[in-house]
Amino acid sequence: MSALLNKKLLPFYATVAVFIAIFLIGGAMYNNFLSMRVLGNILADNSFIIIAAIGATFVILSGGIDLSVGSMIGFVGVCMAVLDSMGLDPLTTALLMMVFGFAFGAFQGWVIDALDIQPFIITLAGLFLLRGMCFMVTINSVPITHEWADLYSDIRIRLPGNGLLRSSAIVMLISLAAAIILAHFTRFGANVYAIGGDKESARLMGVNVRRTTVLVYAVGGLFAALAGVVYALYTKSGYPLAGTTLELSAIASVVLGGTLLTGGVGLVAGTLFGGMILGLISTLIIFNGSLNSAWILISSGVLLFAFMVMHRFLVGSFGLRD
Amino acid sequence: MAIMKANTAGATRIAMRGIRKAYPGVLALDDVDFELHGGEIHALLGENGAGKSTLIKVLTGALQRDRGEIMLDGEPVNFAKTGDAQDAGISTVYQEVNLIPAMTVTQNLTLEKTHGRFGFISWRKARAQAQQKLDRLGLKVELNRTVGSHSVAIQQMIAIARALDDDTKVLVLDEPTASLDADETAALFDVMRSLKAKGIAIVFITHFLEQVYEVSDRITVLRNGCKIGTSLIGDINRQDLIAMMIGRDLGEVEEAFAGERRDGSGEVVLTAEGVGRKRVLAPFDLTLRAGEVVGLSGLLGSGRTELVKLIFGALKHDSGTLKLANGTAGNNPRASLDAGIVLCPEDRKSEGLVGELSVRENIILSMQAKRGWLRKVSRAEQEKIADEMIRALAIATPDGEKLVRQLSGGNQQKVVLARALASSPRIMLLDEPTRGIDVGAHAEILTLIRTLCEDGLALLVASSEIDEVVASSDRVAVLRDRRKIGELTGEDITRDKIVTMIAGDNL
Ligand SMILES: Nc1ncnc2c1ncn2[C@@H]1O[C@H](COP(=O)(O)OP(=O)(O)OP(=O)(O)O)[C@@H](O)[C@H]1O
Ligand SMILES: [Mg+2]
Repeated sequence: MSALLNKKLLPFYATVAVFIAIFLIGGAMYNNFLSMRVLGNILADNSFIIIAAIGATFVILSGGIDLSVGSMIGFVGVCMAVLDSMGLDPLTTALLMMVFGFAFGAFQGWVIDALDIQPFIITLAGLFLLRGMCFMVTINSVPITHEWADLYSDIRIRLPGNGLLRSSAIVMLISLAAAIILAHFTRFGANVYAIGGDKESARLMGVNVRRTTVLVYAVGGLFAALAGVVYALYTKSGYPLAGTTLELSAIASVVLGGTLLTGGVGLVAGTLFGGMILGLISTLIIFNGSLNSAWILISSGVLLFAFMVMHRFLVGSFGLRD
Repeated sequence: MAIMKANTAGATRIAMRGIRKAYPGVLALDDVDFELHGGEIHALLGENGAGKSTLIKVLTGALQRDRGEIMLDGEPVNFAKTGDAQDAGISTVYQEVNLIPAMTVTQNLTLEKTHGRFGFISWRKARAQAQQKLDRLGLKVELNRTVGSHSVAIQQMIAIARALDDDTKVLVLDEPTASLDADETAALFDVMRSLKAKGIAIVFITHFLEQVYEVSDRITVLRNGCKIGTSLIGDINRQDLIAMMIGRDLGEVEEAFAGERRDGSGEVVLTAEGVGRKRVLAPFDLTLRAGEVVGLSGLLGSGRTELVKLIFGALKHDSGTLKLANGTAGNNPRASLDAGIVLCPEDRKSEGLVGELSVRENIILSMQAKRGWLRKVSRAEQEKIADEMIRALAIATPDGEKLVRQLSGGNQQKVVLARALASSPRIMLLDEPTRGIDVGAHAEILTLIRTLCEDGLALLVASSEIDEVVASSDRVAVLRDRRKIGELTGEDITRDKIVTMIAGDNL
């Protein structure tokens, strides 16, 4: 994969190194930390964030931003739960919700490009709209009881060293593989990097900016909806406040994964590690027991800050944008 | 002559009729007709702002015309976007090199040009395709490196390589040679001639008239958005051609070149001793004197731009010392500006101008920065300075309020100069100051350089055009392979001497 060679990979390597370092530090501090079991749990617990972040990676690579992700997760969750209570099976509702996510994202993308409005504003409107719709659907926490939901959560793959790959982690890894192919081995993917790198040039080079933008947000919406499905099945319920501020965790994962917020530079695979780093930190602090959860946010904040400073340095001294 | 005529006898490929295109406040094209035959090289000429680039963009669907029709091989066409024109066999290199700097050479060469099933890309095939494109121009460029890490000239060649497809019927080149040196230009012309022999129609926009006479078969001249005329190249002499372009004779302006060289007795304002940077430029000595123009000559990649940047501090030197008349020069742009040194960079798009600001705001920028942001230049004063500059440099804009992004390429270059001048510098570093500037303005700028000098300014002018260096310099520093190899003064400043030095032993 020629595109991945050279200095452009520096931020990605940095992310992987930070991940390994934190994992080792955890291992040095707590006996059982350094194990496949912990790794499997982190994967499962954070899979929905990572799935949403994978979608956000496309949006950010294209030079945009999507704030509607968290509300989408909440909305999909309540819809899944309410449709479940009406007797629909999870597979059908999941497909329905993903079609909805795709269409909703496509609409946002269309507005952004056709009316030339900042993505921040449009997707902020999307955030309010979808969250409001959550409360229209239900104001309660609704359980998901269909037997297929149990079947789904029983799927697991044994890993060496007593580890388990749970269903949500499996879905996440499959999405990741699909996203990597989409980003790096299709014309769509190349176009995303192109419009993120220089939109006007991309247009003159023959890239259909409208179609690409619409598709980028559609893909973002699709992954957000899938994240909502995974979250709902993982918690076996729908709750109208679910996923609040999750769009920010998704963006943080993307940035920690080495993608430039200005667009055009980054790797989908980086997002996996970015998300895992955030997951590791909370696991570490929970392992500690004596620290309260405020420390999760504080250390995530510090890490994000440190990472951005490092990024700035890498971009400056190696000319990553060139 | 007979051969040329035979060449242009190809069938009409493109016919544009009654094209009109208005921007808010400017009629960029007014009822323009343009015809292009298969197997000809057709030069499209005109002053900065005449409407050449606009005509091209209308042709390729990058802009939508207000009126008029376009026929391709006798069929009316309406390209909604550039991709459609590309698919119809019209390949274009626009004036501002249009590539994605952060993407690799392979990705740039094949963007929207791969033909995998279901939109999948096989990078193995893409690399082969990219290599083929590079080979066509004899370019040696690493496929995996990013485009942005290459010089402007290489980027220009990559953009041309990208444009050429197997099924190209029409190739449009908007000022492709502006940043190329003689060898590269010659290589490009060879390619253009061989394409012509295959029946491909080529539109060639340039401000270099020698090049027009060298390669083109026919010319069309635009002035102020109107078509002035079309002619076989053999039927029009240089003087008439210039008169067609600028609407008057150039005679008196060209005389200005013939000023005498000064002996360099002015006060020394800057001394560089052993200044260099590893892997960028070998340590060099150089002095700049008030009232003197030092030309900087050398092939592309010989280190011209780097030398200028080292002196300005945009690149840090790791050996030697830089001294100003009043102490050591700072090693960064900020300190240089404070010391009265300004740089007009080669790449105006990314380093020179703020496209979203108006002409006035851009002109005032350095001056304001130098004064500090607390002592704001009053609006009235800003307008006065801007108007003066617009007049002095003949910038084609209705007033100072037009956004720089909306100016034609050559006029943007003039704004870069205007901005530097407005800050009343003591030392001015110009990197390719006349790139993309039309004949009339070219002479005016060279004259301006001489006048500035009379006023005691010290100038360092890097240029790939040897004739320009010969015409305007009092002293010439010659670079080869990232090393300063010598200086020429007085009588010794001739084209031949410079060429011999540049070429070095292998000549
Ligand atoms: N986006 C725009 N908005 C407003 N006016 C514009 C815009 N682009 C170009 N113009 C104006 O249209 C006219 C023609 O510009 P054009 O770029 O076609 O000139 P050109 O002949 O290519 O000149 P050059 O030799 O300097 O490249 C100029 O007066 C320019 O200021
Ligand atoms: Mg132009």
